[in-house]
Amino acid sequence: MSDTDSILTVDRLSMRFGGIVAVNELSFDAGRRRITALIGPNGAGKTTVFNCITGFYKPTGGTMRLAHDNGREIALERLNDFRISKQAKVARTFQNIRLFPGMTALENLMVAQHNALMLASGFTFLGLFGAPSWRAAERRAIERATFWLKRVGLIDRADDAAGNLAYGDQRRLEIARAMCTEPALLCLDEPAAGLNARESAALSELLLSIRADHGTSILLIEHDMSVVMEISDHVVVMDYGVKIAEGAPQTVRDDPRVIAAYLGADEQEAIAVMESDA
Amino acid sequence: MSGGRVTAPTTDHKPARAHRAAFILKKALLSAFVALVLFSLMIGIRTEAGPTGQLIYWTRFSELASLVGAVFIGSIIVELMRQWLGPAPTANLIPPPVQNGLALAGRLIAPALLIFTLLVPVIFYQQRYILDLAILVLTYVMLGWGLNVVVGLAGLLDLGYVAFYAVGAYSYALLATTFGLSFWICLPLAGILASLWGVMLGFPVLRLRGDYLAIVTLAFGEIIRLVIVNWQSLTGGPNGISGIPRPTLFGIPLTPADDGLAARLGIEFDPTHRIVFLFYVILALALITNWVTIRLRRLPIGRAWEALREDEVACRALGINTTTTKLTAFATGALFGGFAGAFFATRQGFISPESFTFQESALVLAIVVLGGMGSQLGVALAALALIGGFELFRGLEQYRMLVFGIAMVLLMIWRPRGLIGHRAPTVYLKRAEAISSDLVKEGHG
Repeated sequence: MSDTDSILTVDRLSMRFGGIVAVNELSFDAGRRRITALIGPNGAGKTTVFNCITGFYKPTGGTMRLAHDNGREIALERLNDFRISKQAKVARTFQNIRLFPGMTALENLMVAQHNALMLASGFTFLGLFGAPSWRAAERRAIERATFWLKRVGLIDRADDAAGNLAYGDQRRLEIARAMCTEPALLCLDEPAAGLNARESAALSELLLSIRADHGTSILLIEHDMSVVMEISDHVVVMDYGVKIAEGAPQTVRDDPRVIAAYLGADEQEAIAVMESDA
Repeated sequence: MSGGRVTAPTTDHKPARAHRAAFILKKALLSAFVALVLFSLMIGIRTEAGPTGQLIYWTRFSELASLVGAVFIGSIIVELMRQWLGPAPTANLIPPPVQNGLALAGRLIAPALLIFTLLVPVIFYQQRYILDLAILVLTYVMLGWGLNVVVGLAGLLDLGYVAFYAVGAYSYALLATTFGLSFWICLPLAGILASLWGVMLGFPVLRLRGDYLAIVTLAFGEIIRLVIVNWQSLTGGPNGISGIPRPTLFGIPLTPADDGLAARLGIEFDPTHRIVFLFYVILALALITNWVTIRLRRLPIGRAWEALREDEVACRALGINTTTTKLTAFATGALFGGFAGAFFATRQGFISPESFTFQESALVLAIVVLGGMGSQLGVALAALALIGGFELFRGLEQYRMLVFGIAMVLLMIWRPRGLIGHRAPTVYLKRAEAISSDLVKEGHG
């Protein structure tokens, strides 16, 4: 794979809600085994783009092409709902954490392996009578879940209800859950929101290692500029539903249009952008 | 100076006390007013049909006045007690050591209950009434466990569960009386037909949630009943179907005939044999339901049901097909309802649409909610309490419903999430710790 190879090609993506144009002819590429950041002021349409990519919205125009490592290409706009995760192998996390609060951390990761386990359990019939092949598959699933729990540092909380975990732990568990679906592309919607400086640093490390060790490409929306500047290979800046700049983090940071967009929209964020210069 | 300091709090205190008194009085007056409105027609005016069919009525204002007065004074007493005792924290009403003790008893209660149930026909062989009641309780335990899959695990509120019970009962009755098929062949057929109806109900309601889902399932239950009432040529309409064959023990009938079980074993015939046999049939059916449900919870499909109850959007993001997951929940619940229906038909020997009213759905749902949604043991206990308890209060005659209603209200105050509200994890690394009911979602559809 060359460095310029892209896993996701978004071409003139548009999303309208009645008369409101949330995303207007947005085009960008997400590189394979790269971390691509989607940034922009509040209301720029970032989450709408995510919802289109992960099948929660059906875009009103444009195409989204996902190219797997084996050369298989999938038109994401033609798949809907759960098939994006099942067939296209795109996993996501949510801005407002969506775990299964009444289930344990381990159970959350087991649910994420539903499709593989469903096959292994012979669509329930083999599993109902405890076939050896099913038991082996379940053991492997628990091993995978254990691996990810260790990876995000939650192995001691494996048997605790997800709803009882601290906020930062819930964020990490959600990423572990998404990774249990073995995604080719991992979409993270503000993974650092609500984390303190130490937790953000740990998150950056986790994301870098996911990319390095598992070959997963990452697309992330983030407001925490320290995370964006530290880990992204490529940054796409949106404002009012259109792309206003893109490039390496350093180039984007100095782009006058980006600074203007942030200054015009939110002083705090503009300061954050400029201060990360130092 | 010091005098002023002392008097200051008392002057502040007086308006507070007056305020409280006014509050209590206002509340009591309101209660009395509601009682007046309610009872003025129920008690204030007594109506009766005269000998020629005309309306005779007379007033009973003194009774009405005493009742409203009782409500007024009772309200004041309750409010005063509440203020003296302070607010009752329902969650901590039971001290932790007692709760731990209850948890231990909870672990022993299931096996103890099972052993007792197995021995019921031996202990109560002479008491036909208790055996009949036990069969009735077990039928509701099975229905509760079946509905628990839909409501407790998948979080889909189904108010028309009786429809599947009816489909199962009529399937067996019609197949047996028309084609002469035996109970053991019809039983799986009845279950399959009921689960087919479950899928048919499932399709149109897939997109519905919460109250809307409840209304449509309620309507579905009524549609099935009305079809049965009106399709006279097939179902016999309101007259029902009679002469439904009794189940046989591998082809051996339990009758006084020469080829009956008693004659073959060389023992004297006793009609109780058949009751005991029916008891073990429903016990076996209920235990199968329980076993399958417990297994399913630990399989991916069961976890997907529970995940669906917790968060449907997250399920979709994880690649779970929510459509098939919901349909399988409806189908599985309906399957068990169908089995129970076939059993009901063979036990009664006669079925009519009257047995499949909304009240049955409500009763089964009450069992599931009272037991604690998702808890197998809780549902069994609730069925025992509701059906058995209802019989227990028979001596109270007309106050039976009242006592029963009060008991249910108290239970729901004491345990708002049912008898057993916590959830047991389906898989664990080190220790399986019950998950508090505060975290477990009730589902939104």
